[in-house]
Amino acid sequence: MKGRSLAIYSWLAFGYAFFYVPIVLLVVNSFNASRIGSHWGGFSLHWYQQLLDDPQILAAAWLSLRVAFISACGATLIGGCAGLALGRFGVFRGRMALTGMVAAPLVMPEIITGLSLLLLFVALKSLTGWPESRGFTTITIAHITFCMSYVAVVVQARVATLDFSLEEAAMDLGGRPFRVLLDITLPGIAPALLSGWLLSFTLSLDDLVISSFVSGPGANTLPMLIFSKVKLGVTPDINALASIIIAVVTAGVVIAGVLMLRAERKRVAQRP
Amino acid sequence: MNSLRRSAALAGFRLVIAGIPILWLGLFFLAPFLLVFRTSFADPVIAQPPFTPLFDAAGGIHATLDNYTLLLNDSLFLSSYLGSVRIAAISTLLCLIAGYPMAYAIARSPQPWRTLLLLLVILPFWSSFLLRIYAWMGLLGTHGVINSLLLDLGLIQRPLALMYNDAAVYLGIVYTYLPFMVLPLYAVLEKHEIALREAALDLGARPLRVFTDITLPLSMPGVVAGSMLVFIPAIGEFVIPALLGGLDTRMIGRALFDEFFINRDWPLAAAVATVLLLVIVLPLMVFQRGQARAHP
Repeated sequence: MKGRSLAIYSWLAFGYAFFYVPIVLLVVNSFNASRIGSHWGGFSLHWYQQLLDDPQILAAAWLSLRVAFISACGATLIGGCAGLALGRFGVFRGRMALTGMVAAPLVMPEIITGLSLLLLFVALKSLTGWPESRGFTTITIAHITFCMSYVAVVVQARVATLDFSLEEAAMDLGGRPFRVLLDITLPGIAPALLSGWLLSFTLSLDDLVISSFVSGPGANTLPMLIFSKVKLGVTPDINALASIIIAVVTAGVVIAGVLMLRAERKRVAQRP
Repeated sequence: MNSLRRSAALAGFRLVIAGIPILWLGLFFLAPFLLVFRTSFADPVIAQPPFTPLFDAAGGIHATLDNYTLLLNDSLFLSSYLGSVRIAAISTLLCLIAGYPMAYAIARSPQPWRTLLLLLVILPFWSSFLLRIYAWMGLLGTHGVINSLLLDLGLIQRPLALMYNDAAVYLGIVYTYLPFMVLPLYAVLEKHEIALREAALDLGARPLRVFTDITLPLSMPGVVAGSMLVFIPAIGEFVIPALLGGLDTRMIGRALFDEFFINRDWPLAAAVATVLLLVIVLPLMVFQRGQARAHP
């Protein structure tokens, strides 16, 4: 019995090593003065310096951050509505359609989503003249579309754990639905909205394939730029860029986790 | 009267809340598929957009099956589809083999530890997918960490070709999609496992017997969900074969990407996408069904 437990926990430890060792080595290497990654040439911030002097990378990063911010807000709004409808409204017309359309983007190969959205934008342009050119707007719309599914799933799961007697009481006392949503439902699902927003932000920041399809000439997101560079192999300045992105995302996730844990404790403590 | 107005307000409110995502997904997710389907019957032309319209100037319908006949007769596409299914299936199996014991160990660990262990599985999913694949390039390359370590230890004389082959693609897919396998497995194992297992053990069942008769059958929904979450996206994977695969690593996502961006043949790319959709529609339905059962 003991031997079996040991074996299974060793496997788990091995799994975590598999997850984290490549990332840790990447970060360590970003401080390596040597150009060849396998030999330690001393500690250096040279590659970070080089990064800050590259206007192309800065422009791509700025575009990616703007897209990610707006996409995360849009996906949280629309995905939140979807999660609320699926988790709270019981049976309604269009429920089947909504369930299917929310689940499908989670597993749909990105190349199909990307190609189909591009064809939509092209068709819309020849019909209505909009969008005039592809770039920020089209990438943002595409990102909202695939991110909102994740928000919907998180919100739906959260709604399922909430007690709705308070909401019903407010309705019975004559509260208008929108008011009840703002005052009672929203605080209840706020942690799910926050994690949905963060998840959307990171997914948007990371997307390569869909962005490649729906962006036009001149509009390069950060992953598009990184991909075009690393196709040819490992470059030290990308190590530095990768380390920055990983640090920012990890910090964001940890902060969000702490905030959510605190909100949860408060909620439990306040319960009568 | 008052309650009637209130229920009307409630109905209107619900219509808006459910209507917004339905409209959005209808326009930006469902409608585009119809356009892919339509474009797959067009001819490529040098124009903007680079394909013939469905209705020609005389008002007749212009549709051709050329793209599909080309697709079926070109061994590149056929081997790419087969290659994708094979690589996705093997990777899914590898994820299952690697992920099941992990999920099992997490589900059996003491309660306070579980959240942390689970978070450590989820965290890689939050960090960049592209960069995680890139991290492996630094490990596997000719001058990568693994090769130089083995060279320094004197275990090999020449660097091994660890990258740009199918094995590296398996590794990349398992690395990327393993959390998707572990999470649904953990969800089912955590629910059923402990009490039933202990009852069976108390009644004198052997541990292996407990596993095959209780744990494994009860975890089947998780096995199916996890497998679909790995298998379906892996079939259409583009980034991993493009960065870690060799020139002879045939995957359909890569073929589609090249057809679109390098050959600029949009109708053929649309036909490739349509057939790819047919390939994944069955596993997709299995997945949807499982989801519907899990969230009634």
